[in-house]
Amino acid sequence: MKRHFDDELKNLNNNLLRMAIFSEEAIYKSVEALKNRDKNLALKVIEDDKKIDELELLIEEAAINLLALRQPMARDLRFITTGMKINAELERIADLAVNISQNVLELADEPLLKPLIDIPKLTVIARQMVKKSIDAFIERDEKMAQEVILNDCEADKLRDLIQKELTDEYMVKDGTTAPRAIPLLLVARHLERICDHATNIAEDVIYMVRAKVVKHHFEELKNE
Amino acid sequence: MNGAKIQVNKFSFYYGLSQALYDVSLDVKENTVIGIIGPSGCGKSTFLRSLNRMNDTISDTKTEGEIIIDNRSIYGKDTDVVEIRRKIGMVFQKSNPFPKSIFENVAYGLKINGIKDKNYIAQKVETSLKDTALFNEVKDRLNTNAFELSGGQQQRLCIARALAVEPEVILMDEPASALDPTATLKIEELIQKLKEKYTIIIVTHNMQQAARVSDFTAFFMLGKLMEYGETNKIFTNPSKKITEDYITGRFG
Repeated sequence: MKRHFDDELKNLNNNLLRMAIFSEEAIYKSVEALKNRDKNLALKVIEDDKKIDELELLIEEAAINLLALRQPMARDLRFITTGMKINAELERIADLAVNISQNVLELADEPLLKPLIDIPKLTVIARQMVKKSIDAFIERDEKMAQEVILNDCEADKLRDLIQKELTDEYMVKDGTTAPRAIPLLLVARHLERICDHATNIAEDVIYMVRAKVVKHHFEELKNE
Repeated sequence: MNGAKIQVNKFSFYYGLSQALYDVSLDVKENTVIGIIGPSGCGKSTFLRSLNRMNDTISDTKTEGEIIIDNRSIYGKDTDVVEIRRKIGMVFQKSNPFPKSIFENVAYGLKINGIKDKNYIAQKVETSLKDTALFNEVKDRLNTNAFELSGGQQQRLCIARALAVEPEVILMDEPASALDPTATLKIEELIQKLKEKYTIIIVTHNMQQAARVSDFTAFFMLGKLMEYGETNKIFTNPSKKITEDYITGRFG
């Protein structure tokens, strides 16, 4: 039986997809701005964040209305509550892209300290994890979500590598590199935090599909 | 025998040749509220009435299987049906106070059971009315006709009447469906309070009500028990697709 409610759920789904596209674009643009020392692009990312914030509020309000007016149960309830959490995670991801853009503004007037090798790699991982976690949500695909969670270690290792290089090879050897090294270090950290948020999304998807909480139990997940 | 207050074992019920319940099995723990949900005609009320043999009043019916209450079968040959109905009280969708005073309504069950001690009766009436949160509203007019009460008050009076004879189980067949939201809320709050002393089984068309008041929920369809479990699980992650389709309004 088709329900009017199904159209409302579809709208929520579509808006979350839009949120995901905007957030992913923000990550891409912020690191492009870094690579090309493009202040204008960095400023655009910061400016565009307003529309992402507005969309977040729209989604949240729509979800709360559905809870109040439709009294959803079972999979509808899990979909809406998971959607609300994913909404918040995507907004945080977009904020981290803004943070990266702000670091770009600090760095844009001087040549980059070193060629960017590992930061672009970490960017690819972050974008893939975000995309996969959202695909897992749309497809209700638990296996895909599990893969995202397991990818998080790779992101952590790469961030540690970047941190070590910038610290040991640059700042320790030559303290004057700090003003150009620290923002790069922060960019790596922001990218790794984006991966954490993608992991959170994946954990929420597993709850939605299986009604089982896997947060903080990733070791059990590896053994399954 | 497993310690449950009520055990239903492969219970079937027939109206003439027409089978209304098919091999229903479930256990009810003491001091819990069981919500029974399902589409119209699924056998919910037939099942409820089987628990205190109210179906005996209908001619040409047949049962198979067992219903065991406190380790004794209620369909046994030597069962005292009147005693069953005292122990397992019932409240109906349309409240049905007797055409008597508020006091006499509650006292009636005691009097026909042979109790003559006026002080005892008065005490029991007061306790029962307090247990249903009605006493303060009616204490100054206990001798007025029960029909002067509002719908919600009449329903609470019927519950008080059932409580006066000290039941152990209370069956409620859509007790709030004829009441406004405020009166409904009072009945629901009352159910939460009553379960401390009684075991309550409530049939309801209103799924949100079942979700609000019950500890366990039984989903019936076409005379069969499709799923039975803890209410929070039934309404967040039911085991069967058919249960989920019903509670999400995908059919029904």
